[in-house]
Amino acid sequence: MSLTAIVIDSLVGLCLILSLVASREKTKTALVIAWNALKRLAPSVLAVIAIIGLVVGFIPPKWIASSIGGESGLVGVLVAALLGSVLFIPAIIAFPLARSLLDLGAGVMAMAAFITTLTMIGFVFLPVEIKELGKRFAFLRNGLSFVAAVIIAVIMGLVLG
Amino acid sequence: MMLRTDDKARERKEKSGSARVASLRKRIRWDLVIMVASASALFAMSMIFQEKGEKAMDISWEFFKEMAFILPAVLVLMGLFGVWVDRRLVVKYLGEGSGIGGLLLAILLGTLPTGPLYVAFPLAGMLLKKGARVANVMLFLSAWACIKIPQELMELRFLGWRFTSLRLGLTVTILIPMALLAEAIHRHQGPKAALFQTGQDSEQAS
Repeated sequence: MSLTAIVIDSLVGLCLILSLVASREKTKTALVIAWNALKRLAPSVLAVIAIIGLVVGFIPPKWIASSIGGESGLVGVLVAALLGSVLFIPAIIAFPLARSLLDLGAGVMAMAAFITTLTMIGFVFLPVEIKELGKRFAFLRNGLSFVAAVIIAVIMGLVLG
Repeated sequence: MMLRTDDKARERKEKSGSARVASLRKRIRWDLVIMVASASALFAMSMIFQEKGEKAMDISWEFFKEMAFILPAVLVLMGLFGVWVDRRLVVKYLGEGSGIGGLLLAILLGTLPTGPLYVAFPLAGMLLKKGARVANVMLFLSAWACIKIPQELMELRFLGWRFTSLRLGLTVTILIPMALLAEAIHRHQGPKAALFQTGQDSEQAS
């Protein structure tokens, strides 16, 4: 059990106890809402879990490194941004990975795009996002985040590269 | 006991008639199809490529555990939020008239909690339903995704202060116009679409 989970669980547990003390009726309604949301989300979440296993388990890291290394330029930025959007890698692992890719010769521009899309965009989570926020909102957020990531990357490449 | 917002959402949903109900059923079935397809793909690939398959299953299992520990708690939090937080409060601080203060509050709210992005979607949906403006919900999600203290410490450690500070500064600068643009497009295409999606759980609750 991760630290994040412990912090979130104990925080919510505390809120739940406070709510129970204040009103049993309202707390019951809240739990029913939560249960219905869980039923609604479960298939998407389970699909996401399987897809993450497939992607991380079967796509070789060498293949990732070769596509954004060397004389990448703007194409490399786009490839890196796309990879960052599609891949699921926890940020804690992504930063050392980016460092090693930089050492292997990947461009600063491409790495900035990779990290920005990795944190802001999750194609694997798109089904969940659509469920909770609607198609229009989800596509807008992901699309604009992608554009923003490319802009950020190009400026960073010009300043640092 | 249910809130006014939920009644409104239900009304809107009923008005749109049976076509929407049909599309809703279609969407739910698609979930199940994708779930079964991806799960069987994972199992099939793992059977064929034993070595890589073991790693893939490990990753999925780790992720399942993480979800199992976090997701129920987050949904309970969402439920509590729905029952206890007054719509007027959300509208006042994050709604249409909230201005720059609302934008900054949305970013601040996004940086406070920890946890992966998928955890934030139900909370963001509830904020939208309670009358927060689209730009603020957009900012909340973006801040949640990319401004986290432990995460930034890792970036600092591995990629250096020049890379980290420049990337973070540019991100915050670009996020605000991006959120406002998204809101403009969202409104242009019909503002209430997202509310249909989030209205359904409360309908079942009542």
